[in-house]
Amino acid sequence: MTAYVIRRLLLFVPMAIGIVVVTFCLLLLIPGDPAAVLLGQEATPEAIATLRRTLGLDQPAYIQLFIYFGNILQGDLGQSIFQNAPVSEIILGRIGATLELAIVALTMSAAIGITLGVIAAMRPGGIVDASAMLLAQLGISMPVYWLALLLMLAFAVMLGWLPAIGRGEPLVSAFGMALAGNPAPLLDSLSHIALPAASLAVNSAAIISRLVRASMLEVLNEDFVRTARAKGVRRRQVIWNHALRNALLPVISVIGLRFGALLGGAILTETIFAWPGLGQLTIAAISQRDLPLIQGIVLTFAMIFATVTLIVDLLYAVVDPRIRLK
Amino acid sequence: MSQAALTVRDLDVRIASADPPFTVVADMSLAVSQGETLCIVGESGCGKSMTALALMRLLPQGVDVARGSVVLGDVELTALSERQAEDFRGNRIAMIFQEPLTALNPVMTIGSQIAEAIARHRGLSGREAWSAAVEALRQTQMPDPERRAGQYPHELSGGMRQRAVIALALCCEPQVIVADEPTTALDVTVQAQILGLIRQMQERHGTALVLITHDLGVVAETADRVVVMYAGRCVEEASVEDLFDAPLHPYTHGLMGAIPRRGAEHLTEIGGTVPPLWKLPQGCAFAPRCPRVTDRCREERPPLLEYRPNHRAACWNVHDAA
Repeated sequence: MTAYVIRRLLLFVPMAIGIVVVTFCLLLLIPGDPAAVLLGQEATPEAIATLRRTLGLDQPAYIQLFIYFGNILQGDLGQSIFQNAPVSEIILGRIGATLELAIVALTMSAAIGITLGVIAAMRPGGIVDASAMLLAQLGISMPVYWLALLLMLAFAVMLGWLPAIGRGEPLVSAFGMALAGNPAPLLDSLSHIALPAASLAVNSAAIISRLVRASMLEVLNEDFVRTARAKGVRRRQVIWNHALRNALLPVISVIGLRFGALLGGAILTETIFAWPGLGQLTIAAISQRDLPLIQGIVLTFAMIFATVTLIVDLLYAVVDPRIRLK
Repeated sequence: MSQAALTVRDLDVRIASADPPFTVVADMSLAVSQGETLCIVGESGCGKSMTALALMRLLPQGVDVARGSVVLGDVELTALSERQAEDFRGNRIAMIFQEPLTALNPVMTIGSQIAEAIARHRGLSGREAWSAAVEALRQTQMPDPERRAGQYPHELSGGMRQRAVIALALCCEPQVIVADEPTTALDVTVQAQILGLIRQMQERHGTALVLITHDLGVVAETADRVVVMYAGRCVEEASVEDLFDAPLHPYTHGLMGAIPRRGAEHLTEIGGTVPPLWKLPQGCAFAPRCPRVTDRCREERPPLLEYRPNHRAACWNVHDAA
C-alpha cells in the first residue's frame, strides 16, 4: 500500500512538468506576435519591442520556458496585463469560489447519480427503471447554459425562492459561523449556491446514474452476490453493502473525470449566475487577451485536474484491496 | 433411516421468462436424513444446479418453482416469504459453491464475510462475531486463521478459499448443506482434502449433505444414496452400493462404462448428446441415445418405479431387475 502511494505520488512530478510545458506551448501556438496583439493596431514598433522585452518574448523559446519554470517554482505566474496585479494573487482570490461550486456540484451529482442508478438496477425494465433512465437521458441531452437559464427562470424569477446571481459568504466560513450560533450566513450561502450547483450537477448525475445502473446490473449477477444471499443477508444489505461497493469501482474513475467536466462547465455556469470564480475570470481574461492570466488559469485548471486524478487513484487503493498489490 | 432433514417432493422448476416457458427440473423427489450424504449426479445442464438453487430459494430471476414442496425439518420452504426465507438461508440450510474465487466478495476480508453471516443469524456483536468467524476458519483447518481472517480472497490459495467458503456455510451449524460441485475448480490433491474436510465436518455436526457432482469418483467416495439425473428428471435412485454394483437404468450403465478402470480395455461412451430441455422428445428423454430403446420408450415416458428394495429407476427396459 505504501509503495503504491509513493509510486503514484512520484508519477505526479513528470505529469506536473508536462502540464507546465504544454501550458507554455499554448502561448507559442497563438498566431502572430502576442505583444503586437496586446498593444493593438495603433502601436509603434518601439512600444511593441519594449513590451516584447518586458514579457521576455525576445528570448529563444527554450530560455523562455526555463524562465517560466523558474518563476512558477517561486509561485510567480507573471503579471496580469489589464488588472495590474500578480496572476497568482488574482487566481488565489477566485479559486475558492470555483472549487466550492465544483465540489458541491460533484457531491450532488454523485449522491443523485448513485441513488438513481441503484434504484433503477433493482428492477431492470420496471417503471422506476424506465423513468429514472428517461430522466438521465434528459439530463445528458440538456446543455448546461440552457438548463441554468431554465432553473434561474423558474426558481429565481417566477417563484422567487432563490437568488438569481451572486455568492454569499464562502461555505467554509459560513459553516463556522453556523457552528458559532449564527446560521443566517450559511443559509444565505446555500441559497446562492443551490442553482449554479444544481445546473452543473444535472449532467454529471445523469452520466453517473447510467454508469451505476449498468455496473450494478453486472455485479448483481456475480457469484458473490448469490453467496451473500445464500448467507441470508437481507436484500437491502446485499445491494448496498455487497453489490454497490463492487459496482462503484469503475464509477470512481468516472466521478474523478467528471470533476474536470465540472470545471469546464463552471465557466458557463459562473458567467450566467455571476459567480465570482475562475470561470468568470477566464471569460474576462480571454475577451481582454490577457495572456499571462489565461496561461495561469489554464495551468491552475490542469493542476486541479491532475490532483483530482491523483486523489481518485489513491481512493481506488482504499476501496479495492486488489490494487494495492499490483 | 432416521428422520429426514430435508424432503423434496414432485418439484418442478420452470424457466418462466422464456417464450414459451419450459421445465428444467421435473418431478424431482428426494430425501436426506441427518448425517446422510445424497449425491445428485448428471451431465452439465441436466438440472442439478437448478435443483440446488431451488432448495436454497436462490433461483435466478425468471426461474421459479412451478410445483412441488421442499420441507426442511417441518417447515415448507416454498411457502415462505422472501424475508422468512432469508432467516433460513445460511442459518438452517447453507450452500457451498463451485468456484471459491468468484463466490467470495473481492473487496471484503474473508473474516468479515463469515462474521456477517454469524452476526445476522446469531445476533452477536461485531467483535464476538469476528472471533466466531476465526473459530469457524480454524475448524476447517485453515492455517493461521487469525491472520487469514483479515485477508482478502485474492490473497488466499484456491484450497484456502474453498475452506473459507466451507467455513461460511458451516458457521451457523445448518441442518442441511447443499454443495454444488465443491471440488470441481480445485487441484486433484486439494479435492481429496476438501472432500475429506466436508465429510469430517458433516460427521461432527450430523449435518445432512446434498452433494451435486458430475464426478462418479466423488460419488463413490462420499455418497450414501445417489440420484442420477438426466434431462431434468431423476432416472435412477439407489444406495451407492446398489448403484455401482447393479445399475438399472441404461444411462447409469453408460456412465459406469465411462469410468476408467484398471484392466478395462477401453472406455465406452454414450453416443449422441443430451436433447435441449425446451425440445424434449415425447417419450423417454434418453430414448434417442439408448441402446435398449423400444417403440414404447419413444411414445410413453417411463415412471420412476421401485424395481428392487430402495432402488428406483425410470425405464421400461431396466437391466436385470431381478
